[in-house]
Amino acid sequence: MSDNIDANLPAQPEHSGDGTVKPGYLPVAPIEHKPRVTDTDPKAARRAERQVASMFALSMILVVVFVIAYVTIDVTAVVYVPVLGEIGASNLVLGLTFGGAIFFIGAGAIQWAKKLMPDVEVVQERHSMESSTSEETEAAGNYERGKEESGFARYKIIRRSLLGAMALFPIPLIVMLRDLWQSEPGQNPAEILSSTSWNDGMRIVPDIGHDTGENVQGIRPEEIPVGGLVSALPMSIKDLKKDAVANMRDRGKSAIILVRMDPEEIRSQQGEGWDYQGILAYSKICTHVGCPIALYEHRTHHLLCPCHQSTFDLADSGDVIFGPSARRMPQLPIRLDEEGFLVAQSDFQEPIGPSFWERG
Amino acid sequence: MSTTNTTAHPVEKVGAAGATFVDQRLGSNKFLSRNLSKVFPEHWSFMLGEIALYSFIVVLLTGTYLTLFYKPSMAEVIYDGSYVPLNGIYMSEAYASTLNISFDIRGGLLIRQMHHWSALIFVAAVAVHMFRVFFTGAFRKPRELNWIVGVALTTLALAAGFTGYSLPDDLLSGTGLQIIRGILQSIPLIGTWLAFFVFGGEYPGGEIISRLYSAHILLVPGLILALITVHLIMVWTQKHTQFPGPGRTNNNVVGYPLLPIYMAKAGGFFFIVFGIVALLSGLVNINPVWIFGPYTPDQVTAGTQPDWYIGWLDGALRLMPNWETVIAGFTISWNVFIPSVVVPGILFTGLAFYPFLEAWATGDKREHNLLDRPRNAPVRTGIGVMAIVFYGILWLAGGNDLVATTFDLSINALSWTLRVLLIVAPPLAFIITKRTCLSLQRRDRDKLLHGYESGRILRLPHGEFVEVHQPLNEKELAVISSKPDTAVLPAPEKSDADRVRNPRYLVHSLRHRLSAFFYGDNIPRPTAQEIEAGQHHADDQAAVEAPLLEYEERDVIVNAHGGVLHHPGMPTTNADQRTSSDNNT
Amino acid sequence: MGSQTQVEEGKRLFLEGCSSCHGIDAQGSANGPSLIGVGAASVHFQVATGRMPMAAPGAQAPSKEVIYTDEQIAAMSAWVASLAPGPAIPSAEQLDFADADIAEGGVLFRINCAQCHQAAGGGGALTQGKYAPSLMDATPQEIYEAMLTGPQNMPVFSDETLPVEEKQQILAYIDSLQEASSPGGMSLGRLGPVVEGLFMWTVVFAALIAAAVWIGIKAR
Repeated sequence: MSDNIDANLPAQPEHSGDGTVKPGYLPVAPIEHKPRVTDTDPKAARRAERQVASMFALSMILVVVFVIAYVTIDVTAVVYVPVLGEIGASNLVLGLTFGGAIFFIGAGAIQWAKKLMPDVEVVQERHSMESSTSEETEAAGNYERGKEESGFARYKIIRRSLLGAMALFPIPLIVMLRDLWQSEPGQNPAEILSSTSWNDGMRIVPDIGHDTGENVQGIRPEEIPVGGLVSALPMSIKDLKKDAVANMRDRGKSAIILVRMDPEEIRSQQGEGWDYQGILAYSKICTHVGCPIALYEHRTHHLLCPCHQSTFDLADSGDVIFGPSARRMPQLPIRLDEEGFLVAQSDFQEPIGPSFWERG
Repeated sequence: MSTTNTTAHPVEKVGAAGATFVDQRLGSNKFLSRNLSKVFPEHWSFMLGEIALYSFIVVLLTGTYLTLFYKPSMAEVIYDGSYVPLNGIYMSEAYASTLNISFDIRGGLLIRQMHHWSALIFVAAVAVHMFRVFFTGAFRKPRELNWIVGVALTTLALAAGFTGYSLPDDLLSGTGLQIIRGILQSIPLIGTWLAFFVFGGEYPGGEIISRLYSAHILLVPGLILALITVHLIMVWTQKHTQFPGPGRTNNNVVGYPLLPIYMAKAGGFFFIVFGIVALLSGLVNINPVWIFGPYTPDQVTAGTQPDWYIGWLDGALRLMPNWETVIAGFTISWNVFIPSVVVPGILFTGLAFYPFLEAWATGDKREHNLLDRPRNAPVRTGIGVMAIVFYGILWLAGGNDLVATTFDLSINALSWTLRVLLIVAPPLAFIITKRTCLSLQRRDRDKLLHGYESGRILRLPHGEFVEVHQPLNEKELAVISSKPDTAVLPAPEKSDADRVRNPRYLVHSLRHRLSAFFYGDNIPRPTAQEIEAGQHHADDQAAVEAPLLEYEERDVIVNAHGGVLHHPGMPTTNADQRTSSDNNT
Repeated sequence: MGSQTQVEEGKRLFLEGCSSCHGIDAQGSANGPSLIGVGAASVHFQVATGRMPMAAPGAQAPSKEVIYTDEQIAAMSAWVASLAPGPAIPSAEQLDFADADIAEGGVLFRINCAQCHQAAGGGGALTQGKYAPSLMDATPQEIYEAMLTGPQNMPVFSDETLPVEEKQQILAYIDSLQEASSPGGMSLGRLGPVVEGLFMWTVVFAALIAAAVWIGIKAR
C-alpha cells in the first residue's frame, strides 16, 4: 500500500506478499493491527499535523517570552500565586517559559510519532549471544598462539617478576595519599580526639556567633535561672576569630551547654562537686555520631539529639536513657573563680563525641 | 549509497554526500544499515531507565552551569548579597556563592533547583527501573553482567547525590557530614586515621568541601558516564527484553524501529523529562539553604534529615540498639558500624550477586529474552517485596520525628514499633506475596483450561445453571501460556550404586532444597489432555447455547440478565449486543 | 502592679478555673506546678495562647481556643504577680524590634531556638509525644514571654541569660521568617528533604509515569 490516497496520511510499512522486504524495511509482525483515525482520514491526519506544528510553534514563542522575562523581571521581585503562595517572580516565569518551551518540543515529537508515524509492529530476529563453533576455535587458537609466542607459560621467572612489578607499581600512588592529612611528626588521631581546649580556670563564655568572647568577661551563676540553658564555649575561642579552620575545630569539640536545675533534683554526677549550685556543664557533641545536641527539656532534664533521638538524663550523670548512643554525655567539671565567673576545673575526663577504636 | 534520484531535496543531497564522506573514512553505512532499523519493544515500564538517563543528562547540564558560579572553598567571607536575613554574617565562600546563585544571578535559582530536583528524580528512577528489571527477571542470562553494572550505577548515584547536596555547606547538609565523620571514626582499627585522612585533619578542617567537589564533578560523574555507556552498549547488542504476547518469542523482538519511531519517542521523552523538571523548578521550592544558615559544628536544627535516598541509612542509625563492646581498651561501636557499613554492604552485595544465586539455585542455564510475569516466580517476587518492605521501614524511621509531629505520636513508641516491624514485617511480606503469586497462578491455569467467566448464566435442559466461559483472546492466551517450565533439581544420592560417597553431597543437597524452595510450589501448566478436556467442555456448553444464538437474527433485545423484552422496531439486535460486550472485555 | 480590684478579680478567676490543678493558693498539686514566682508573663503567655486551662493534665499543653478576655487575663496575671516576684509582662519598648538586626537575630535563633523549633520555625519533636510548636503564628509578645518564662519544657531564657537587645533581634528574625516569601516556588513547609522527597515520589513521579504511559498508548 505504498501510494497514499492523500500525501498527508501516515506512511504504511512496506511488505510484499511473497515475504521479501525492501531494503531498510522490516517484516511486519503477524498480529492483528487496527488502523488509527489518522491512518484513514486525511482530515484527521492534517489536524494532527497542525497540532504537532502548533506545539513546536508554542515552544518558540515561550523562548521569546523567556528572554523578555529574563531581562525585565527583577531578581528580587515577589508575586502572589494562589496555592503556591508568595513566590519569586523571576524564578516562576523563567521556569514556566523555559520548561514549557522544552516540554512542548517533546510533546510535539511524541504526538508526531503516535499519530503520524506508522504504528504497525515489525519483527526482528534475535541470535544467541554465543559465538559460532568456528569463531570459538579461532579465538582459542589465538589464545594458544599468544601463549606460545609470548612464552608466558614457559618463562617462569619472567612471569613471576612481571606479576611482582605490576602488583607493586600502584603502591607509590597509595603512599602519596598519606599527606591527605598533613600531620606533625608524632601526631596521633586518638590523642587529638581525647582532649579539648578546656583546662583549669578557663572561663566559660556564652555563644553569640562570630563575636563570642568579645566584650564579655564570662558568665556569672546569678545570670542563669533554674531551668535555664546556655550554649557556651571556652574564652580561648576569642583568639581564633581570624582562623576559621581553628575556630570551627574548637566549636566542634569544646562546645558545651550549661543547664541549671534545683540541686535537690541532681540524682548523680560524673564526679563529686562538678556542678556549681545546680549549674551543670555537659558537652554539646552527641556521643552517637557527633551531631550537636541542645534540645533540653528543663522539667524532665532530658537532652534529646535531633539526628537519631539519643536521649540523655542530665540529672543522672548524662546517662543514655533512649536511642542508639552507647555512651553517656561527658560532663565538664566547673567551679567559680575569684572574680565570681564560672570556669572549668579541668578538661573533660573522657573523650567527647563519637566513640572510636582507641577510646578505651 | 547512490544519489541518482534527481527529485531529491537539496538537503537530502547534501546529507547523502555527507554520509558517503563519513562512510569512506569510517565504514559508517555498515553500522547504519544494521542499526537504523533496530527494533525496540514497546512498554511504558521500559521507559524507567530512560527517565534515569534523561534526568542524569539534565543533572549534567545544569551542574555544568552551576560550576561557573559556585566556589568550593571553606575560606571565611562576610555575606553582602541581596538576602537580607544573612547580611553581614560570616560564612564559607561555598555557602556565600550558593546564596549568590540563588538570589543574585538571574535564572541561578532555577538552574540550582533543576539540578536538585533532577538528582532526586534520577535516583528514584534508577530504583524503580531496578525493581522492574528484578521483578520481570530481566537480569537472567545473558544480562547478569548488565545487572552488576546497574548495581554499581545505583551506588554511584547515591555517592553523587550525597557529595552534591553537601557542597552548599549549609547547616543541614553539614550536620550530615558531621555524621559521616562519626561513622568513619567508628570503624574498628582504622577509623580515626580514616576520618583524619578524609577531612585533612581534625573535623571539620578546611579541605572537605573542595574534596567533595572534585569527587562530585569529576570522579563520580566520570564513573557514572563510563558505566552508563557500558550499560547501554550491552542493552543495544543483547537487544532489549520484551513482555510475552502475540507474535513474541524468545528469539525475536517485536516492536518499532529506531528510525523514525523511537528517535521521536525517546527524543521526545527526553524533552518531556527536561521540561517537567524545569516547570517543577519554577513552581516548587527545594532545599532552601538560606533558611538553615551557614554550617558551624556546634549548631543543629530539629528535623535533621538527609535527602530521601540516604534516608534509609539514617533510619537504620536511628533504630539500631545502642550496642558497643570494649575489649582490652579497644572499642567496637556496633551501634554505628552495623547500620552504616554492614547492612548496606550486605544489601548491595546480595543485590549484585542475586542473578547468579538464582541461576545456581534453579539450575536455569537458558537464555531468557522474554520477561517473566512476577506471579510466575513467586519466591523471587517475594524476596523483592521483602527487600522493599525492609527498605521502606528504614526509610520511614529516617523521618520518625516528622512522622511523630504530623500524626501526634511519641517518637519513642514509634521507634520501638519500627524496630519490631523491621524484624517481623519483611518475612510476613514474603509469605503474603508468595501466596498471592501462587493464587494468581491458579487463576491463570483455570483461565487456560476453562476460559474466563463471561457473566452469562445458562440454564441447561436438565435444570442445572452454569456460567458460560469465553475463550481467551490471542493476547491473553499468549501471555498466560508464556509461563516457562520450571523443574525442581533432583535430590542427590549420598553415595552411588558402587557405594562411592558423593563428595559434593552437601552442596548438591543445598541446591536441591533451594530449587524446591524456588519452584516447588509452582502450579504446573495444564497438560495437552487437560486442555483438550477443557475444550470439550467448552464445546458442550457452546452446543447448548447455540439455539439461543438463533435469536441473533430476530429483532429483540435481551437484557443483561437473560430476560427478553419485545420492542418491535428498535434497531438493536442480540448480535449487536453481544459484539459490543465482547469489545469491552 | 495591678489595682486591688484587679488582683481580687484575678484571684476569683483563678479559684474558678485554675485552682483544681494548681492548688487553692497556687502552691501546686499532683496535676499542676506551683505558680508562686512564675510572674505575670507566665500567666499571660499560657492563658492568652489558650494553653491554659488544659483540657487534660499532661506534659504538652497545645495552644487552643482562648477562653478569657484580655481584662480577665490581666487580672489573673496581676494576682499571680502579687504572690511573689517573677517575670513581668514585657513592655512596649521591650517588644519593639523595629531597629533590631535581623541577621544577628538569625544567628541567635540558630544557636538557641532551632534545635527544638526547627531552622524555619516549623516546630519539632520532643520525647514521649511532646513537641516544640511551630512559631509561624506566634505574636512577638508570646515569643518574648515564652523565652522569659520557659513554659512547660522550654528552657528559661531570662533577661540575664539572653539580654533584651538579643531577644529583640530574635523577634525580628522570627518576624522575617513569618513574612518570608519563598523565592523558588511553593514552599512545601520548609521542613526539609523528607517532604521534598515525598513530593517527588508522589506528584512528580506520577507525572513522569503518566508521560511514559501516554507515549506507549496506541493513538485512537
